[in-house]
Formats: sequence, C-alpha cells, structure tokens
Amino acid sequence: MSGSGSLDLPAGRPRQDRQAVTRRPVLGRTVPSRALLPWAAGPAWFIAALVTWRWPDADDFPDTNQLAALFLAAGLGLTAAAALRRLSARAPWAIALGLGFTAWEIAQAKLLWLPRPFFGTPQDLLDVFLTDWKRLGDSLLHSLGLLAVGYGIGAALGVAIGVGLGRSLRFRYWVRPLIRLIGPLPPVALLPLAFVLIPSGRLASEALLALAACFPTTILTWSGVAAVDPAYYDVARTMGARNRFLVLRVALPAAMPQIFVGLFMGLGVSFATLVVAEMLGVKSGLGFYMQWAQGWAAYPNMYAALLVMSLMCTGLVTLLFKVRDRVLSWQKDGLKW
Amino acid sequence: MVTTPTRTAHPLGLELDHIDHGYMIGGAFTPVLDDISLTIAPGEFVALLGPSGCGKSTLLRLIAGLEPPHGGTILAEGTPITGPGPDRIVMFQDPTLYPWRTVRGNVALGHDIAGRKDPASVDAAIELVGLKSFERAWPHQLSGGMAQRAALARALVNDPRVLILDEPLGKLDSLTRLTMQTELHRLWRDRGFTAIMVTHDVEEALLLATRIIVFSPRPARIIGDLPIDLPPHRHRDDPRLLDLRKNILVQLGHSADW
Ligand SMILES: Nc1ncnc2c1ncn2[C@@H]1O[C@H](COP(=O)(O)OP(=O)(O)OP(=O)(O)O)[C@@H](O)[C@H]1O
Ligand SMILES: [Mg+2]
Repeated sequence: MSGSGSLDLPAGRPRQDRQAVTRRPVLGRTVPSRALLPWAAGPAWFIAALVTWRWPDADDFPDTNQLAALFLAAGLGLTAAAALRRLSARAPWAIALGLGFTAWEIAQAKLLWLPRPFFGTPQDLLDVFLTDWKRLGDSLLHSLGLLAVGYGIGAALGVAIGVGLGRSLRFRYWVRPLIRLIGPLPPVALLPLAFVLIPSGRLASEALLALAACFPTTILTWSGVAAVDPAYYDVARTMGARNRFLVLRVALPAAMPQIFVGLFMGLGVSFATLVVAEMLGVKSGLGFYMQWAQGWAAYPNMYAALLVMSLMCTGLVTLLFKVRDRVLSWQKDGLKW
Repeated sequence: MVTTPTRTAHPLGLELDHIDHGYMIGGAFTPVLDDISLTIAPGEFVALLGPSGCGKSTLLRLIAGLEPPHGGTILAEGTPITGPGPDRIVMFQDPTLYPWRTVRGNVALGHDIAGRKDPASVDAAIELVGLKSFERAWPHQLSGGMAQRAALARALVNDPRVLILDEPLGKLDSLTRLTMQTELHRLWRDRGFTAIMVTHDVEEALLLATRIIVFSPRPARIIGDLPIDLPPHRHRDDPRLLDLRKNILVQLGHSADW
C-alpha cells in the first residue's frame, strides 16, 4: 500500500523528485481512512444484528434471535480486533460481509422477495447448522477420509510413476501407452465399472479418487523430471553419485515446482470425483448429503452442505499451498493463494 | 588466510591416447577433438589454452568420464576411465549450483553423496572462497562471481586426486581473481593433487601452471606444449614470463608486436 502514493503524482515529474516525495507523508490523505476503517467493521455487523432482531420477519422463520446474537458476537469480535489493531487489511471485507448479511436478511427474511424453498434466509442456514450439525460433521469426516486415502495414494503413485517415466527408458516403454490410454479418461467415466468390479463401494471410490489424483501428478512430475538440467546430474555424477542419489536428491527436488502444479491439479480432479462417487456410490459424505437434501427439497440443508464442502476444499488447497511454500522456500517467487 | 587440512593426496597421472571426439549438430557431424595425445604426470598443474569453442570443455568432460570418447583411450594410472568418479572432481564452466540447496548445502554436496560427515572441511572451503557470511543464502541470491566461488568450494571439499577446472576464475573481478589464484596455487602445493585448468587468461596460466598446452581452433589439436620451468613463487613482472607470454600469444594467433 505504501508505494501507491507515488501513483497519485502527476506524470512526467523527474524520477528523483518522485522518490523524495513518496518518502514524505503525502499518504496523509489516505491515513485517516486506513486508521478508521477497522472501526467500521463492528458497526456493520451491529446493524445486521439490529435489523435481524427488531424488524419483524415476513414469515415464521426459525432462530431469528440466535442469528441476531451471532451477528452481535461477530460485531463485538471485530471491534475487539480493531482495538487490538489486528484488522487493517481485512477490514473492507469484514464491512462488506456485515452489510451483505444485512441486505440478505432484509431482502429475504424481512421482505421475502424471492420464492422461499429455493432461496433461503440466513436463519434457515443457521438452523441447519444448529439442528443437523451432527450429520453434517459426520458427512464431512466421511468425505475427508475418502479424500485422504484416495488422494494420498494417487499422489504418491503419480510422483513415483512420473519419476519412472522421466528416468527409465524401459519403464517408459511399457507404462507410457497405458498412461496415454487411461490417463485422459475422466475418472467419473469409470465409476459404473468400478462399482461392478469392486464389491465395496468405499474401496471403489478410493480407487477412483486415486486414479483422479494420479494422472495430473504423473504428467507434471514426468515433465518436471524430463526438464531437469542435465548439468545437475553431471555435477553429482563426477562426485560419485549413484542412481538413487540422482533420483531422490537431484531429480525430485529439481522437479518439485512442477510436481506441486500436478498435485494441485490432482486435488481439483479429486474433488470432482469425490462428489460424484459419493452421490452414486458410497451413500455417505457431503456429496451424498447434498443429493439427499435435494431429494427432500431441503434446500437450506443443501446450501449448508455446499458451504461446508467449499470450506473443506479451500481448506485443503490452502494446506497444500502451505506445504508447497515450505518445501519450495528456495524459489525466488511463487503464487500466493 | 585459512588453514586447510594438509592431506597426503595421491595425485593421479593421466594418459590420453589419440583421442577423437565430435557431436552431431544440426544433422551434420562436427569434429571437436582431433587426435589428442597427452601424458599428464601426477601432481602436474596443466593449463589448457585455446580459442573459444575449440573443444577444451569437451576434453574435460571426457577426462571426467561423463562421456566416452569416440576414438582413443584415456588411462588413469594405467586403467581406462569408464565413468565419472570422485577421484576426478570437475568445476564446470557454469557454476550449476543446486537452487534448492543453500550455499553451504551445495558445498557439502560431495560429502552428502559419499555419506561422509565433515563440517570442518565444508567450513574451511567456504571460508577459503570468502563466502562465510553467505553460507545460508540461496544460489539465486548470489552474484555471478560469488556463485563461481561457491562452485569452486564445492569442488575443493572433495579432496580430489585430479582437480579439473573449467575457467574457474572467469567471472571474478581482477582483485578477487588475484587472491583466488594465490589460494588455488597454495592448495595445489599443499595437497599435491594433479590440476588441469582451462583458462583464457595467458597470465593466469603462466603464474599457476607447470605446463601449458595450446590448442588450435576447432577441431582442437595440440599446437603447443610448453613446460614452465620457473620456481613456484613467480612474480608477474618476471622477464621470463613476459617472453613466454609473447610466445604463447603468437601461437594463439596474435601478432608478436602487440
Ligand atoms: N553436447 C553437445 N552437443 C553438441 N555439440 C556440442 C556439445 N558440447 C559441445 N559441443 C560443440 O563442441 C564444440 C566445442 O565445445 P566446447 O564447449 O568444448 O568449447 P570450449 O573450448 O570449451 O569453448 P569455450 O572456451 O568458449 O568454453 C563447440 O563447437 C560446440 O558447439
Ligand atoms: Mg568451455
């Protein structure tokens, strides 16, 4: 943010001048708003709480008072954060969310602008979490378990196959045709077959998830290993390195940036496969919950499950980014998630 | 100055017997080395001089065992070289540091490969090239000359019997270069390894080497083989050096009155 002050200056000024000016507090114009903005986050949520609590609902909605209390708590929390100066960068988002909830509350709970079963109110959503949290949590755990096993195996296999393709001619001769045949197939297409061949629905889903994660990881690991500068091998070989060292300590770390791209893509395909597998196969997990909710026209439950699922997915992606930032701390720059 | 542990190295003698080599470039075979025969005695310091692109680095690759020559044999102590080995350590023309290892990790590479723990020698090598305060830096945080010095340290920790240097000091400023030349010379005398060094700097070759080989333009043939019979402590202004310098420059194609 601090550099943005220089952009406000008229163009064509001498460069030296410009730098001198940025160092002086010309930012003064923006300083008050930056200091005050965090203090506006709490009130935005207080407004949401007040509207929810005092404005009578258009219909008989559940948990209106609990929702108001929740908004109030959020407002108090944000005010505390502002006081502790922990809110500077996120303040605009906190304000926007508070106002957004207010708008949603007014439009749907108070004025009922949109047809009800399809479009819920904030309290409908809250009600799902209050009454059905056990089943939601259970579904989340099921999904996570399925992902952990399937994605874990698929990713590990993908790295191994990719390294094999990149380093061994004979391995490449036999495996490449198989990869080319099976790899591009959407894993979902194998779903019916998997459920016929593998008696346990859970096992079948895990196998599909592994397949989903495996292909992108394989391809990108392969391309990463193939692109390793041969000079890196020369350096290690003149010092007496054997194949094991060349693979584990030269090829793998050198290909790591590419491998992580593959792991991200594999994770994405795994999410897609997970949902379909749960809807059609394992009869548990968030995908199944969503399908069940849709079948019973329990739309708030569907939204709740959707929210949980998106939090799960983004959480896992964030986790992978954290791991990547650690492993690739030697890189000059990297995408920030 | 840092004291490096003096070891009784057994320098390796090399015998290059009618070496031919070449590459396919753009569909056509390009000869690079033409009938190179050369015997290097254990403990010699040989400097290789020749025009750019003539095949000096290629010859070093063959001696290192990274590629087999198309024709001829290379013997080390009478046995043919069939592959690379830690007795012949190369410092390549490009530093090729591993970007995922810190400077210290790069210097310790040879120890990691050999499964040896010897942090003291890593310390000594890093200090020798003056990178003590950068040992935890990543390679992308180094300047070109610093990377080259790190690569030199990485080669030195291995205690080689032959040290193969491809323009080891090419990217250094003239002052650092003088210091590194002195250090290199001292190391060679203390440890007694055989040294083979490619350089474009005739003066550097004259100061360090016991023998200078001059190559023709590609395909490289040996056109000059000059023993430098001067005491190890040489002075830059020694008139004998100036004479030799003129002589070599003429062989490299410069006119004598330069
Ligand atoms: N891997 C390779 N594939 C094809 N051609 C090569 C290869 N390596 C070297 N050459 C060719 O061999 C010739 C000699 O190259 P080399 O690197 O040995 O030269 P050099 O004497 O070290 O030059 P310089 O002093 O510029 O480093 C060049 O013409 C180059 O094009
Ligand atoms: Mg070269």
